[in-house]
Amino acid sequence: MALLRITSPHAHGSNHTSRVMQKVLVATVPGIVVLTHFFGFGTLVNILWGTIVAVACEALALKLRRRPLGFYLKDYSAVVTATLLCIALPPYSPWWLIAVGIASAILLAKQLYGGLGYNPFNPAMAGYVILLISFPVQMTAWAPPRGLGDMPGLLSALQACFVPASFDGVTMATPLDLMRQNNSLLVGDLWLQNPQFGRWAGLGWEWANLAFLAGGAWLLYQRVFSWHAPVAMLASLTLLAALFYDGGSSASGGSPLFHLLSGATMFGAFFIVTDPVTSAVSLRGRLIYGAMIGVLVYTIRVRGNYPDAVAFAVLIMNFAAPFIDHYTQPRTYGHERKKEEP
Amino acid sequence: MRKVFDFHGGIHPLENKHQSVSLPIADAGVPDELVLPLSQHIGAAAKPVVAVGERVLKGQMIAEANGFVSVPVHASSSGTVVAIEERPIAHPSGHRAPCIVIATDGRDEWVAHRGAEDYQALDKAGLLERIRNAGIAGMGGAGFPAAVKLSIRPDSQVQTLIINGTECEPYITADDMLMRERADRVIQGTLILRHLIEPAETLIGVEDNKPEALAALRAAAVDTAVEIVEFPTKYPSGGEKQLIEILTGKQVPSGGLPLDVGVICQNVGSAAAIFDAIVRGRPLISRITTVTGAGVQQAQNFEVLLGTPMNYLLARAGYQPDARQRVIMGGPMMGITVPDTRVPIVKTSNCLLAPSEAELPLPDPAQACIRCGMCAEACPVSLLPQQMFWFAQGKEFEKLEQHNLFDCIECGACSWVCPSSIPLVQYYRASKAEIIHLRQENEKAEHSRIRFEARQQRLAREEADKEARRAARKQAAEDRAQAAAAGGEAVEDPIQAAIERARTRKAAQQLGATSQVNEQEKLEKTVATTRQRLGTANAKLEQAVADNSDLVAALQTGVDKTRAKLEAAERALQDYLQARQPATSAAEPAPDAAQAAIARAMAARAQQADLDPQDKARKQLISLQQRLEKTRSKLAECREQEEQEKVIEALESTVSRLDEKVREAQQQLDSMETS
Repeated sequence: MALLRITSPHAHGSNHTSRVMQKVLVATVPGIVVLTHFFGFGTLVNILWGTIVAVACEALALKLRRRPLGFYLKDYSAVVTATLLCIALPPYSPWWLIAVGIASAILLAKQLYGGLGYNPFNPAMAGYVILLISFPVQMTAWAPPRGLGDMPGLLSALQACFVPASFDGVTMATPLDLMRQNNSLLVGDLWLQNPQFGRWAGLGWEWANLAFLAGGAWLLYQRVFSWHAPVAMLASLTLLAALFYDGGSSASGGSPLFHLLSGATMFGAFFIVTDPVTSAVSLRGRLIYGAMIGVLVYTIRVRGNYPDAVAFAVLIMNFAAPFIDHYTQPRTYGHERKKEEP
Repeated sequence: MRKVFDFHGGIHPLENKHQSVSLPIADAGVPDELVLPLSQHIGAAAKPVVAVGERVLKGQMIAEANGFVSVPVHASSSGTVVAIEERPIAHPSGHRAPCIVIATDGRDEWVAHRGAEDYQALDKAGLLERIRNAGIAGMGGAGFPAAVKLSIRPDSQVQTLIINGTECEPYITADDMLMRERADRVIQGTLILRHLIEPAETLIGVEDNKPEALAALRAAAVDTAVEIVEFPTKYPSGGEKQLIEILTGKQVPSGGLPLDVGVICQNVGSAAAIFDAIVRGRPLISRITTVTGAGVQQAQNFEVLLGTPMNYLLARAGYQPDARQRVIMGGPMMGITVPDTRVPIVKTSNCLLAPSEAELPLPDPAQACIRCGMCAEACPVSLLPQQMFWFAQGKEFEKLEQHNLFDCIECGACSWVCPSSIPLVQYYRASKAEIIHLRQENEKAEHSRIRFEARQQRLAREEADKEARRAARKQAAEDRAQAAAAGGEAVEDPIQAAIERARTRKAAQQLGATSQVNEQEKLEKTVATTRQRLGTANAKLEQAVADNSDLVAALQTGVDKTRAKLEAAERALQDYLQARQPATSAAEPAPDAAQAAIARAMAARAQQADLDPQDKARKQLISLQQRLEKTRSKLAECREQEEQEKVIEALESTVSRLDEKVREAQQQLDSMETS
């Protein structure tokens, strides 16, 4: 009788790429819940519509590339990309904005490079930056948090997405906007004069960041990624914020806590920076990669033209990842500590 | 408690060891046929020393070691050699290999053998020789000849002797059961090794998932210098390099040997076999093999005669194959699937695993690598498997070597953790094989190049030698002639010699003239040969014309060229002769010519002086007009022949100047006439 012949190893762990992706999706839930609580159903509608567009784009690209649809769609990577990008988009974004962003992310940033695993840039962040540069007005129109304006219902949220012309939404500067534009007030006064600030950072934002932190901690516990990149990013951001806080003068960039709990800090640290495909591979490399993102986030937030900076920082470091890899090859068993570069 | 170290990475797969430890080690019995491969170890295959048809006894050497890194093979039961031929063996590529086949007679009759009563009385060389003659090769899986490992230079100090009782692969319990049931033999064997290599410390490393084995060893090792070290279970801590790191914290240098860090490592099975060989005088003819997996009814360990066909052993355990059955020799992490259950059990066969598909599912189709880095975290040698996978796909061999591909121990941890089910180890194996192949090709090419260059050099050298010899001969002949001449002269008187010398000097002075003659001869010769060549070329051309050949045009140009050469040669000769004519009689005519010229000039001046100015002017004008005419014609000629720009320009300026002068002269003459 013919025996089956395959090469070792014959045993296999129970881990699967689709499982990893599902865990990432689950970990976004607390953040989405908090965002929905403070900003209404906008984010949920974003995600719903974004996922549909993402799966359609992925299917189209796979069809054009003559790849089996079911096998690749089941890896959930398109859904993850859509979810991450839609969380980053302002709530109540019009359908076309979302569609353009998702199509850019899936088709340009991912499938044109060969699909999952071959993309040099984080697809969600590439899509986000394309939108931010192309449609700055729509991309900076954030709804006011609960308590500072009318909270649209689910129907209004759907209307805002699919019939944007008929939706009359209210927008308000985010705490990061206020902090960047401030050049005359002490931080304390700024806090008192603007209702968008909460206990430590922005009203609503601080809780959303904490929720993403919780999701990220769960992923860390599940060993979906290593701690190196996110911790390095948060550490370098904290360090810079502390260095330049100067006790809250009008020239201050904001306190470390403000930076940690504002904008996309936690979301970026645990859901974007940890994207394995586009980050450095060795643990030492991931430390450098994460730390540099933290530095860039602080620099762009305080010195740059955009109020938040996670997307730009991540894309810039995506460029640097292969370079970092080249110089952070770990010492192999039985080799000398310093390996001469060829 | 001794401090134990940790190594990077590692995994915790399901152990699945409980199935095969419920029953004691059973004797597998004597099969009808034993198939003994000549190569059950690393190194040169053994050389058969029996013939087909010969009766052999149990324990009789049937093939001898062939070189230093080789071990002999012994008959594992009594019977008749029925064939020495190629048979399928357990090899990753499904090789067939030469085997000695014995039809057993069931009597299991031992050859005369005797152990050493007191091994401590034996000298080390004798001990080593016994280990070597017993055919002991590493029983952990690699099969490196034990005696080779133990042959250390007398001056090299071994710090640590490590006996490997780790057995980290899932399913396998052969070493576990050996340690449980025969701990005394393991310890005694270890003591023999200790006596042989005199290490500073002797350790037996066992994972903490084998409490019974640990207890048995500890009991047997009481009051000995052997220390039993327990450490946490983690795959692949049984790898030699990993175990050394766990127990000593040292790393074996890449490409080096454990001895480089003062360590020698042997498997517990090898230690027990060494005990059998030295104390009981028995060569390695059987081993303990785990038979397990859902494909057998009762998983168990067997004491199996080497050469026992696997189907015999599987049948003993109640083998019931599936439709898509795998039989793995070794464990689920590093074992190899056998092509056929008739392949024999050999010295390295620690386990036969017949898993069901549910038990060890076939790998899923590989998905894209998302570079999650879990492989890098699991790698026990700190490689970057995801990067190496990338390079292996692109066949970037240089990068692979730069990423230390050859330090990969193929433990399979990276493949095990990969969420995308990528068969990483397979990529590395293939790349290693390809790189080795390329290296061999390069070596061959390099070898050829060196040989070619050496040959060229040799030829050049021979040529130079020949030349030197020729020169030497010539020199010698001249010396001889001179010596002869000198010898002749010596008899004559000194005056004659002086005259002779003077004559020689004179001859040397005349040599200039001779060289001139030579020059002329040479030119004449050139003319002659060129003429001859022209003749043959002409003949060829005529022939070609007659044949209406395609070569006519080519030959025609050839003839033309040769003719031109001939003309040139003739001219050269002519010039030479003309040049020499005045040279030979240079002294007298030269002053004559000068005087004549002076006389002519003086005469002309006198004549002019006699003329009246008008006539003089007229004459000058005429001469100028003549010159102008001459120059103009020359210019026209040059233009026609497309002479150099410079020449034409010079001529043009001369023409214009002369033109001017003529006009001036005309005016002067006119003014004279009118006045």
